[in-house]
Amino acid sequence: MFGWEFPPHITGGLGTACFGLTKGLLKNGVEVLFVVPRSYGDEDQQAVRLINASDVNIDFTNKLYQEYWKQLTYIEIGSNLIPYVGEEEFQKMTAVNTVDKTEEHSSVFSKQYTFSGKYGKNLMEEVTRYALVASTIAGSQQFDVIHAHDWLTYPAGIAAKKVSGKPLVVHMHATEFDRSGDNINQNVYDIERKGMEIADAVITVSNFTRDIVINKYGINPDKVFTVHNAVEHNTGETDLVIERNVKEKVVTFLGRITFQKGPDYFVEAAKRVLDKDKNVRFVMAGSGDMLNRMILRVAQLGISTHFHFTGFLQGAEVDKMFLLSDVYVMPSVSEPFGISPLEAMRSNVPVVISKQSGVSEVLKYALKIDFWDIDAMADAIYGLLHYDALSVMFRKYGKEEVENLKWESASSKIRDVYNKVVFKN
Amino acid sequence: MRSICFYFQVHQPFRLKTYRFFDIGANHHYFDEYRNRYIMRRIADKCYLPMNKLLLDLIKEYGSAFKVSFSLSGTVIDQFERYAPDVLESYIKLAETGCVEFLAETYSHSLSSLKSEQEFNRQVASQVEMVTRYFKKVPTTFRNTELIYSDDIGAMVAKMGYKTMLTEGAKHIMGWKSPNYLYCNAINPNLKLLLKNFRLSDDIAFRFSQQSWNGWPLTTEKFVNWIQDIDSDQETINLFMDYETFGEHQWPETGIFEFMKALPAAVFARSNYGFYTPAELSEKLQPRAAVYVPNPISWADEERDLTAWLGNDLQDDAFNKLYDLEYLVKETADQQLQLDWKYLQTSDHFYYMCTKWFSDGDVHKYFNPFNSPYEAYINYMNILSDFIIRLKDMHPVNRVEIQDQQPPQPVSGDEKNIKTRKAAVKSAAKKSGSTGTNKTPKTAQATKTAQKPLNTASKNKSPKIARINLKDVLMMKKTDLNKLVKDIDLKTLYFAMAGADNKVKKTIITHLGKLQLKSYNKLFAENLPVSDSDVEKAQKVLVSKIKKLIS
Repeated sequence: MFGWEFPPHITGGLGTACFGLTKGLLKNGVEVLFVVPRSYGDEDQQAVRLINASDVNIDFTNKLYQEYWKQLTYIEIGSNLIPYVGEEEFQKMTAVNTVDKTEEHSSVFSKQYTFSGKYGKNLMEEVTRYALVASTIAGSQQFDVIHAHDWLTYPAGIAAKKVSGKPLVVHMHATEFDRSGDNINQNVYDIERKGMEIADAVITVSNFTRDIVINKYGINPDKVFTVHNAVEHNTGETDLVIERNVKEKVVTFLGRITFQKGPDYFVEAAKRVLDKDKNVRFVMAGSGDMLNRMILRVAQLGISTHFHFTGFLQGAEVDKMFLLSDVYVMPSVSEPFGISPLEAMRSNVPVVISKQSGVSEVLKYALKIDFWDIDAMADAIYGLLHYDALSVMFRKYGKEEVENLKWESASSKIRDVYNKVVFKN
Repeated sequence: MRSICFYFQVHQPFRLKTYRFFDIGANHHYFDEYRNRYIMRRIADKCYLPMNKLLLDLIKEYGSAFKVSFSLSGTVIDQFERYAPDVLESYIKLAETGCVEFLAETYSHSLSSLKSEQEFNRQVASQVEMVTRYFKKVPTTFRNTELIYSDDIGAMVAKMGYKTMLTEGAKHIMGWKSPNYLYCNAINPNLKLLLKNFRLSDDIAFRFSQQSWNGWPLTTEKFVNWIQDIDSDQETINLFMDYETFGEHQWPETGIFEFMKALPAAVFARSNYGFYTPAELSEKLQPRAAVYVPNPISWADEERDLTAWLGNDLQDDAFNKLYDLEYLVKETADQQLQLDWKYLQTSDHFYYMCTKWFSDGDVHKYFNPFNSPYEAYINYMNILSDFIIRLKDMHPVNRVEIQDQQPPQPVSGDEKNIKTRKAAVKSAAKKSGSTGTNKTPKTAQATKTAQKPLNTASKNKSPKIARINLKDVLMMKKTDLNKLVKDIDLKTLYFAMAGADNKVKKTIITHLGKLQLKSYNKLFAENLPVSDSDVEKAQKVLVSKIKKLIS
């Protein structure tokens, strides 16, 4: 399995999903070999054997690799484009210019290549090199199926397939259309499409994404399977006790502050609610390229005394934020799945989610609105804050609903896909 | 001759428009004019007009041998008046033939029978007034919303003077018994019951066009064979259904109109059945037995219970909040408020909040303006919030927390009895020692005000301190009341009133002086938080004052 990140070093939902998935697969009797560009040594390896791509020696005297390298060089074109900047990266970029660069020993043909393992400026280059390493690993390890997560690892997956001849499954956690709207990065799109075309099967995290894959990438529907994500379950009760310092109700947005997540709609809806009811506080947690614009807009609307920004939150801070929240809102413009509402519901927080999200396909106890319908969003927030029966019902059944979304069952569906591709030939 | 009894339910709700929270207090128009008109016109053209004409033709052809019955909710008649007078016209024509019986029901197709007898009676009275006005005949048969029925509801209906009532022949109440007889109410046997034969009714209403059903396609021949096969001693086949079955649920292409057109001829030619109305049947047949229905039933879903309208948190909350207002609504003379209150009671609003997602929900989904039960609930509660504000504004004296108001207790005759109480005290006090029945000690306790501490009596009723009723002020003389409020601490009064019921509040507050009232209202405006202990303390003060005055 090729991934880009693994807990605790995560920048988005991908790492969390991979972790849950591999654990679930293990329970389904599937052994997983997980390759990440760079491991820090403190990853949770209870379910998988983690291979650090940075530690792999590449023998470039081997003809095959050289050939592969030739094939792949074109990917490097336009590699200055930054398609996806992680929060961690973003923070560092805005702070001091950083260490966070791939340590290039000398050239591409050095024997060891240290990956940064981040989404950053030299992403395309890294993707390419990652593919090279993949082919080495593919030649030295035993496995039955190759599973590649998101476009960053597709070249690696393709390379591994070429070397080993084993079937390739690619997993679409997000599409370029989700990340960038209609102004897509053509390179990324091409990698995605090529990956899916070559793959024996494509797994999408929702029917929402499946439709995009079929309609916008022209992939044969017969090999596209939807496997909804699940959520990791808290082991044991949380011992976090939070003292609430404000008496107002708290409405929270938590995620990257980027176009895809629809933070601007959240701000507008907040204005509408605050016009009617001042006993509410809105919190926008996270960072991203739209953060400054959001701060400006909040100031323009004159709601800054009731609208707060926390910056990027991680780990326990996230749990704390949920405990402080009365309503969680995910107004994503295009969300392949969206795991955060599940985390909120697990913490007994009622949620408002956009219909343009994969998670809305699996939830019953959630309010669903169109991301652009600010009035409906405001109304949903107001309703949850004021009409108790609704939040009571959501708390009563929501947690149970989330707990029924198990990685184990998601993984069992993935195993079925494996069986299909392995026994096809 | 055996009988077929056709009964058609005709109802349309006043659907609510999308009403956002920022409309609260600003916009008092709750109903979606456009949508209501559009749907009414569509159904009028697809169902009401063609089907009424078909029935009228059949009656012309067969004379008094062909009869049917209808119940029209007040809201649907309101909509006919506004959007489809031609439909109303066609119903009047049907009524003039004398072959059509119109039944009584609640004005707004409401669930009031489950909550308030008083409101139930009022609703029925206004629907009956309307039906009588248009169709020139006072209904004698009753049909409750969605055939909802229980022993108690039946008893209420009998008390209103109705001889016959329709309900569902639900399996779980009938057991081995056949619905094809006349039955009677378990409490008052004077009320006769006609039960829906749900299998044959649903064959027409739901399965008629279902190609997967082994009875498909349903022909009149087949249908007559089925009813002819029923044991010859069984007396009546009650076919009860939504009128929208014809042309709306079952499209014209399914052949539903042709089926109905051909049915009478087939029945007359090949069976020993005739067509009768419910009123005729209740004269013609003898009730076979009483039906016991302790818990309410309806004709909805597999369960045949109330869960389509009530039972989940959303429905119960909205329903209770609505009926908590009953007392205040009756106090107001505002016509528009009265009308809105009626329309808000329409059962459909609660149906939209149902979370069951059952299969026959499809029938209603067709008309359901909301995407989810939650949206339906939020929208309804937004509107109700506005309604409450309007009510509040109408009651400047009663500026109380309406949300926390105790619902009026329909059973307790306390208010009525006040006058006769004093006389009763003596005898009740005597009796209470010996008889020990449940009722007498309670009355005795409640009336022996002078001797017994007040709050213990009411405490027995409801353990929550905040619910103490200072009922005894209702019996106090004017002069005593004036004394009571004369130098009262208004903050104490405010706290005490927060836990008192509305009648008490009104009695006390109307006796406040002008200045007192002003500062009292000020306290309300400040919206001072009230805790249970505050209420208890304040009420204790008040009660001791009352005690002194009375003795």
